[in-house]
Amino acid sequence: MTVAAPRVTYLNHEHTVASWLLTKDHKRIGIMYLLVVTFAFFLGGLFASMIRIELATPAGDLVSADTYNKLFTMHGVAMVFFVLIPAVPAILGNFVLPLQLGAKDVAFPKLNLLSWYVFVIGFLFTVYAMVSGGVDTGWTFYTPYSSRASNTIVVATGLGVFITGFSSILTGLNFMVTIHRMRAPGLTWFRLPLFVWAIYATSLVQILGTPVIAITTLALAIERFLHFGIFDPVLGGDPVLFQHMFWFYSHPAVYIMILPPMGAISEVIAAFSRKSIFGYSFVAFSSLAIAVFGFLVWAHHLFVSGISVYSALVFSLLTYAVAIPSAVKTFNWAATMYRGAIWLKAPMIWAIAFLGLFLVGGLTGLFTAALGVDVHIHDTYFVVAHFHFIMVGGAIMGYFAGLHYWWPKITGKMYSDIWAKVAAIIVFVGFNLTFGPQFILGYLGMPRRYHVYPPEFQVLNVLSSAGASILAVGYILIAIYLVASIFWGEEAGDNPWHATGLEWTTQSPPLPHNFATQPVVTEDAYEYSKREIKVV
Amino acid sequence: MFAGIPLLPEQASTLAADVDALYLFIVAVTAFFGILTTVVVIYFAAKYRTDDPLKVGARIHGSIPLELAWSIIPFLITLVIFAWASSVFFDLQRPPDQTLEIYATGKRWMWKFQHLDGQNEINELHVPVGRPVKVTFTSEDVIHSMYFPAFRTKADAIPGRYSSVWFSATKVGEYHLFCAEYCGTNHSGMVGRVVVMEPTAYEMWLTGNVSGGSLAQRGERLFSDLACNTCHLSDGRGRGPSLARKFGASEKLTSGTTVAIDEAYVRESILMPQAKLVDGYQPLMPTFQGLVSEENVMALVEYVKSLRTQDTAVSRAEAPEEPAKPTAPQENR
Repeated sequence: MTVAAPRVTYLNHEHTVASWLLTKDHKRIGIMYLLVVTFAFFLGGLFASMIRIELATPAGDLVSADTYNKLFTMHGVAMVFFVLIPAVPAILGNFVLPLQLGAKDVAFPKLNLLSWYVFVIGFLFTVYAMVSGGVDTGWTFYTPYSSRASNTIVVATGLGVFITGFSSILTGLNFMVTIHRMRAPGLTWFRLPLFVWAIYATSLVQILGTPVIAITTLALAIERFLHFGIFDPVLGGDPVLFQHMFWFYSHPAVYIMILPPMGAISEVIAAFSRKSIFGYSFVAFSSLAIAVFGFLVWAHHLFVSGISVYSALVFSLLTYAVAIPSAVKTFNWAATMYRGAIWLKAPMIWAIAFLGLFLVGGLTGLFTAALGVDVHIHDTYFVVAHFHFIMVGGAIMGYFAGLHYWWPKITGKMYSDIWAKVAAIIVFVGFNLTFGPQFILGYLGMPRRYHVYPPEFQVLNVLSSAGASILAVGYILIAIYLVASIFWGEEAGDNPWHATGLEWTTQSPPLPHNFATQPVVTEDAYEYSKREIKVV
Repeated sequence: MFAGIPLLPEQASTLAADVDALYLFIVAVTAFFGILTTVVVIYFAAKYRTDDPLKVGARIHGSIPLELAWSIIPFLITLVIFAWASSVFFDLQRPPDQTLEIYATGKRWMWKFQHLDGQNEINELHVPVGRPVKVTFTSEDVIHSMYFPAFRTKADAIPGRYSSVWFSATKVGEYHLFCAEYCGTNHSGMVGRVVVMEPTAYEMWLTGNVSGGSLAQRGERLFSDLACNTCHLSDGRGRGPSLARKFGASEKLTSGTTVAIDEAYVRESILMPQAKLVDGYQPLMPTFQGLVSEENVMALVEYVKSLRTQDTAVSRAEAPEEPAKPTAPQENR
């Protein structure tokens, strides 16, 4: 592409700090989420590094037991509530969703800005709790430990989660209304990109699930301050009730984390296979099925918490039912590549790495759902490995696939393709080395959240810690070449991937109001074959 | 370096091999599908690779038969896993009728075991090989979880409830006991060992560690120290119901329902006497919440339990003994 004269873009039409802090532009808000979430990611990563260094030896020799307990708690809180849940919807969703719909913005731009401020206030509460002493309950806040025994900053942390939840609810509401009301002429439901379907399903979970965690943290605070017996048996409460309420949100929250990255993966695989997604409607409806069934499996976290054997049976069966839509998606992604014209650029490498890790994460869910095995592996490193494969191997890899895919649209610049592929491979290898040994550790019986462990587990722990250092190198590398691309990257052009989708029809970076003229849609998503340039 | 790492923990109970067989079956199924999908994706990526960004793929939109196949076949496979895993789960949850009973309490950060013959031990549990053992336990503070990796079983110790695990050890030796539910500062120090002994060695250990009568005898002393015996007269004419031959039977309540008299019900009746009132009696009994420790509650429970077989000669002549109550998998309300 020829070097154009400076164009008006959403990035350069205003320059003041106020123009960012008071912006109602979904693209700028997406960037502001990117900054906060990236900060939280490196904060959570720092805690994780300290955990892995501590666990390189069986003795508790780096930090005290109390500090260790705070480290894994704050790692979990930072990563779950301030990275995994907002990463794809709030960053990529904010930036891409209105563009994919051919809209000028989301339905409620002011509400969107408010959501960011609510998010930041919640994050500040949590950061305050971290720097003023920290919290040691585990990110699961189980009672009566959290309500009675812990003498750390439980309520401020809980308040941070409580406040942040409203950001999640408002964003979900905003996106849902946007998808209903703001679609371009001709953009019918079954012409929508699959990322939009995924965001829609996610919004459903955010709106219906998040109020429950708000109630739960509120009840916890009431018990802690006012000694109202809700969860503490000494006060007449029931500690297992907390677990039901907590997981009624926090299991569906896993789908808030994984559904949007799944949507991004659908986009990337279709774009770099130059094909329609295989089984479009099955992939679309599997997102909705996951969102709905995801609400019916919470008690699979309670198989050894004293629930009746019969309810355990029901929840085990429902858990297998929710696994099927995920399997369907995976098979459809693989089938999409069949007879494609596969262009192995960096986003596709990230997407293939996602497939590899998500497969392991999904398949190991069959172990934890199996009652007879779960009794043994519950609360061991097997579970730690399983959910990291889903939440990091799946959600974070999918996020990076999406970020690499839309980065040229967001910044107008192209990053180094080679370095991006190198980073994907480093992260893939480092990830497997970090969490692969933990499956074996867990089956051997090593419980999670152990500061000190029996010496026979050391070799596998050292492998895991070595993997974590490789993983850290991979993540830092991403930050380096992405930032470098902003300053020294080549101009990306409007559609560097030759992809379909309305977001690629406008300039990069987009205009302040996205499109010069209102786009009109006349075909299905991913109609690469209609281009009839060269068919393999 | 890695040659010494086992992939499975030691199998030291009758059910450990069953759990491992199921585990290895799921490993085989998931490895098959995982490798198959990975190979397919890599094969497609290599075979259909192009460096020409203007090339497009074939015009394929999907296939209903394929979608049905890869929905239904995985579901049927998961049903097989579900059925097998549920059957193993039932075995893990339902102890045989005749078990060696042991009581335990978890508190930060130790496990305390009470044997029926009066022996107490902390963070160590001695059991005989080849005999089913059932540990009934609760927590005195926060949630803990009693975990025996070599026996492939665990259950949460929940304050205010009784939980249980059972196992039948198959191999003499010492095995890990872990707390698996995070419980605060010294969670990773709430560990111990279970010592599986030959029956003769176990008998010797038992006789060498007796301290002050059996658990039921301690319960009997508490029963009079706490003045329970002033109302719960054995002839049934007291202000509270007689407790003789009650354990394992059921009781009619003022609410009209009946309740099975098990460990959890006896515990609740001591700590929250108004929760379930026996039909025909007044709500006179005070609560003992805070006055009696969980360990002593267990002694009282064991005493009440021991009353079920007293003066058996008479009761057997009048009515056949109550069939041993099939132990409920969870003693929770």
